This record gives sequence, C-alpha cells and structure tokens, in this order.
Amino acid sequence: MKTVVIGVIGADVHAVGNKIIDYVLSENGYNVVNIGVLSTQEDFINAAIETDAKAILVSSLYGHGEMDVRFMKEKCDEAGLGHVKLYVGGNIVVGKQDVSEVEKRFKKMGFDRVYPPGVKIEDALTDLKEDIGI
Amino acid sequence: MKPYLLVDFGSTYTKLTCVDLDREYIIGTSKATTTVETNVLDGYNKALNRLLRDHPEIKEDKISGISACSSAAGGLKMAAIGLVEELTVEAAKRACLGAGAIVNLVFSHHMTKREIKKLEEADIDIILLAGGTNGGNQECLLHNAKRLRDSSIDVPIIIAGNKDASDNIDDIFEDSGKEYYIVANVMPQLKKLDVKETKNRIRRIFIEKIIEAKGIKKAEEQMDEIIMPTPEAVLLASELLSEGFEDDEGYGELMVIDIGGATTDVHTIGEGFPKRTEVIMKGLQEPFAKRTVEGDLGMRYSANALLSLVSNYEFKKYFSDDDKCDHNIKKSLERRKNDIDFIPQTKDEEEFDKAIAKICCDVSMSRHVGHVEVVHTPLGDMYYQTGKDLSDIKYVIGTGGVLISNSDAKIILKQVNKKSNRALELRPNNPSYLIDKSYILSSMGLLSQKHPRIALKLMKQYLL
Ligand code: B12
Repeated sequence: MKTVVIGVIGADVHAVGNKIIDYVLSENGYNVVNIGVLSTQEDFINAAIETDAKAILVSSLYGHGEMDVRFMKEKCDEAGLGHVKLYVGGNIVVGKQDVSEVEKRFKKMGFDRVYPPGVKIEDALTDLKEDIGI
Repeated sequence: MKPYLLVDFGSTYTKLTCVDLDREYIIGTSKATTTVETNVLDGYNKALNRLLRDHPEIKEDKISGISACSSAAGGLKMAAIGLVEELTVEAAKRACLGAGAIVNLVFSHHMTKREIKKLEEADIDIILLAGGTNGGNQECLLHNAKRLRDSSIDVPIIIAGNKDASDNIDDIFEDSGKEYYIVANVMPQLKKLDVKETKNRIRRIFIEKIIEAKGIKKAEEQMDEIIMPTPEAVLLASELLSEGFEDDEGYGELMVIDIGGATTDVHTIGEGFPKRTEVIMKGLQEPFAKRTVEGDLGMRYSANALLSLVSNYEFKKYFSDDDKCDHNIKKSLERRKNDIDFIPQTKDEEEFDKAIAKICCDVSMSRHVGHVEVVHTPLGDMYYQTGKDLSDIKYVIGTGGVLISNSDAKIILKQVNKKSNRALELRPNNPSYLIDKSYILSSMGLLSQKHPRIALKLMKQYLL
C-alpha cells in the first residue's frame, strides 16, 4: 500500500476538504497520513520521511498558498525527498486568476501537479495512480 | 508489626526505608555509603545495622519483604537512535527517560561509521533503535541495524521501529551473536507515542543484566528483588500520588524536581493540553508521565557546566538580596566539581549552594515545560504550543540532597514559576510546594508495586 501525506498548509483552518481528501484517498487504496490543518512545510516533510510517503498533497484554501509553499521543493530535496511527488490544490491563489499562469508559477516552484479551484480530489486520482501507483 | 524494607542503591548512598505494613507508618530510615566497588552488601549491611540499632523494635527475622531500586555505578546509561529528530528520535529518547535511564548519546537518520565508533567507545548499557512509522520507512532502520551488527558493540540492543522491518531485522542479527530484542514501535503512527513495551523491556534487561554488570546483583542474595532503576521508581511514585488509588484520591497534576550532584530530573504527571483555545499543538504526543534529565545541571559533578550556561551577571541574580558576600563564582563552582563530597560550612558557602540549586531549578524548568510560539500569519497572530502546558500544575515537590536538607528549599523551588522574560514558557502559575523531607519517594515507588494504597497514604503524610 502506498503512503501519501496530506494536510493544509500555513495558517489555514479550512478543514472540510481535508477530511474529504482523506476519505477519498483511503477508499481508493492509499495509506493516508493526514497531518491536518495549520501545518508547516517541516510538518509535511518530517511526516513524509518517517512514513516513507510517495507523494505529498498540499492543500491551501485561504488564498495565501503561494506564499506558504515557497521553497518547499528545495526543503524536500534537502531532506532526501527528491523522489517524492509534490501536489498542490484548493484555492491556491487569491481570487480568480488565469489558470495556466498559476500552474506555471507553481510548477516553477517545483510542484509536480497543480490543481486550480474547482478540481476535486477524485479528478486527481488518475494522476496519482499514474505517478505513484496504488 | 509487619516490617517491609525498601532499599535504594544510590550513586553516593544506600538508603533504607522501613515501613510497617500493619500500622501503615514509616518505622525509620537509614543510610550508608554505597560500596559497588568492593561489595555492594557492605554498604547495605552497614545501613541495615544502623536501622536495627536505632529501631530495636524491628526484628531482622521478621522483615516480611525487601525490594530495591538502584542508580548506583552511574545509573542506567542508554543511547537513543531514530530517524527524524522531532519524531522517532524524540520518541526513543522519551522511552529511555521514562524507563529511568540517562540518555548519553543520540543519533538520527543514517548512522555513519564515525558515529558507530563514538557509540563503541562510549560507556553505554543499552541501545534503543527506532525509526519509521509502521508501514513507513524501513530503509534507515535496516541500515542502522546493519551498522550496529557490524560494530564491536556488545550491549543489548532494543529495536522499536517500523514493525514491517521485523523479519529483516531478525535476518540481520541472526547468527551475529548480538543480544537484540524487537518490541512495539515507539511511534507506530505519525506523532503517536507508544513506549510501554520498550520501557518494560528496558526494565527486564536492567534486572537480568545491568545490575549484574554494575556489581549490584550480589545484593539479591539478601533481598527479594531489585526491580527497577531509581528514577523509574520516582516516576511511579509521582504517578500514584497524582492519580490516587481506588477510592483514595490523588493530588492531580503535579511535578517532582530532583536536584542531584550530577543531574537535575524533572517529572510531571498530567496531560498538559493547551489551556487556551487559540493554541495549536505541535510535535510528538507528550507522555502522561514525563521525565526529563539535565546532565549539565547539578550541584557537584556538573557544577562547572553552569559557567557556560549562565553569565556571571545572570548568576548574581540568583543570590539572595541580603547576601552581601562577593562570591568568586568560577572558583566556587570549580571547588564543588573537584570535591564532590563538599559540604558547605559557612553561611556564604550555603548561599552559594542555594544559588546553584536555584539555577538548576530554573533552567531545568525552562527545558521541561512546553513553549508557545507566536506565528505571525497573514490573518494575524496565532500560537503554536510544543510540549506540555503546565500552568495549572497543583503541586511542585522537591527531592534530592540539596532540597530535602535545605531550610530554604521552598524558596529554591519557587524558581519554577519565575516568569520574568519567560512569557512564552508554560510554567506552573501558582502551585503549592512540598518537600520530600524524609527522602521516601523512590521507596514509595517500590512499595507502590505491591502496596499502592499504603504508599499513597504515606506520601500524603510525609511530603510536607
Ligand atoms: C467554510 C469556509 C470557511 C470556514 C472554515 C471552517 C473550517 N474550519 O473548515 C471559516 C469561516 C473558518 C472560514 C474562514 C476564512 N475563509 Co473561508 N471559506 C469557507 C467556504 C465557504 C467553504 C469551504 C469548504 O469547506 N468547502 C467544501 C470543501 C469540500 O471544499 P474545499 O475546501 O474547496 O476542498 C476541496 C477542493 O478544493 C479540493 N482540494 C483541496 N485541496 C486540494 C489539494 C489537491 C492536491 C487536490 C487535487 C485537490 C484539493 O478537494 C477538496 C475536496 O473535494 C469557502 C467557499 C467555498 N465555497 O469553497 C470559503 C473560502 C475558502 N474562504 C475564504 C476566505 C478568504 C476565508 C478567510 C480568509 C476569511 C476572512 N477574511 O476571515 C478565513 C480564513 C481563516 C483561516 N485562517 O483559514 C475564501 C478563499 C479565497 C481565496 N482563496 O482567494 C473562500 C474561497 C470564500 C471566497 N470565495 O472568498 N472559511
């Protein structure tokens, strides 16, 4: 069974989506390690090391995601997690912005997959299966 | 009368406490210098003779049982190895401390040959190897297990890591000649702490092996059992006093501070959850009964270490207001380090000892209690709490040489709620202070194994 770490980054308290992601991924055969809301980059990284996670799914709902995830990829590399897939989704930027622009910015920061608002976790399952299997 | 004898083989003294199980009181106590170098029974017999001499009502052949704990010959020394510092390394450390050990060496991630060498050269009694949640990382655990197998280390190794690796661990150590034990993972799930099996295993190794190696085994000829390291006995006593027994209520959340010659131990019993709502808990789950040991805070062996911890300017703040002596701090500390049996003779020397004790108390508190950290977020300030919130602790109990004999013991203990410049430390706000004047805490921990009700009653009577 593959392990994925999920959580909501920064000072973000939106808890409902996080619970749904936990449920959906568990139902689909993943070992989900949920670090919950208000998590720091270090929390994600430490969790991924100890649990041997194959992917980290970062959620950000409150609009400050772009700031909260800066240098996260670099920290993963530093911690020996270069092989771990890094996803981000939710309402990752403030308001409505051009999706492809947003995606470009986050990919430049090292994220493997970037999901704009409206993308549900179910939609990302195929990507996850492709990237890490089940 | 039904006398029951409790023995504590300490680093300096062998201490005896005799309890009458019938009338439920402490008949008497005695002590003599610990004699592990020659024959540990010499010191024990001396103390026993003193006890029998002072209390002729105790008839030696009527003693109904003898239990002992020990911290002699340097106590129980362990090395803790884990993966991530804040997670399995911390979990491993807590398991060792909770079992009454001193953690002399700590390693994280993949052990290097250099680190193995350090471990080989160190004076360690047991090694605890952790790493990975169940279902999580195995690779690091296996790497470290192989490194340990290939080393010249010949002390017992307890493996309390990812359970998935167990079969491979067996393969690694099979035919290696190493003594190893696989127990439940100290961190089975992320941030969840489970130290019970590890603690039990440490205690069993202690009983079966360590006391032999330390020359205390001989004492078993004369007593029923040497059942645990002394600090574990103190922790058990604290737990009993806090939680109570059946209908006899306990004291609730409490703290025990033991300032010794080499270390300062702090035990707290309590959940330590945040007391305010806007606080978010961070880090590994805290043990309900938590023990920390500060190897650089002590009255004698480690007195010198204070020089690097507090500046002269800060040190002076710990002298009483009416202390007019112009202490030579460096010299006074060195003197105590070089003469560990030093007993203050003058008022000035007493004052100086008091200042050391205050520093031990103050600094160990900073390290033991939880901290809040203000995080400035786009949405205003929030608070993260790491460690236990001990602001509602009801009792602070002092034990250990300097505290039990000092008439100003409570003044020393009051350092625990010193708040200046420490607004972010979750120290006890307004506790009551008690002193273990008759030095019975470890004995009561021993007694609690078979007679918890009596141990609780006696603690309530004798802690003043
Ligand atoms: C409920 C709610 C709150 C509640 C949250 C209660 C709680 N503890 O959960 C409260 C009142 C506390 C709240 C506060 C705030 N909120 Co609010 N909140 C909402 C609301 C109405 C619903 C959120 C929700 O639960 N949705 C249901 C779940 C199931 O959906 P979801 O969270 O989006 O998650 C799904 C997807 O996003 C996706 N997903 C999420 N992460 C990831 C990751 C990956 C990798 C993938 C593939 C998919 C994925 O899958 C999830 C499950 O299907 C939304 C508006 C909305 N309709 O979405 C605003 C909204 C999220 N909030 C918003 C804001 C601005 C705030 C505040 C800053 C307001 C303020 N000024 O105080 C604060 C921030 C507080 C904080 N520190 O976090 C904005 C965010 C705007 C932006 N990003 O540009 C929104 C969008 C409202 C709006 N349109 O303005 N909020």
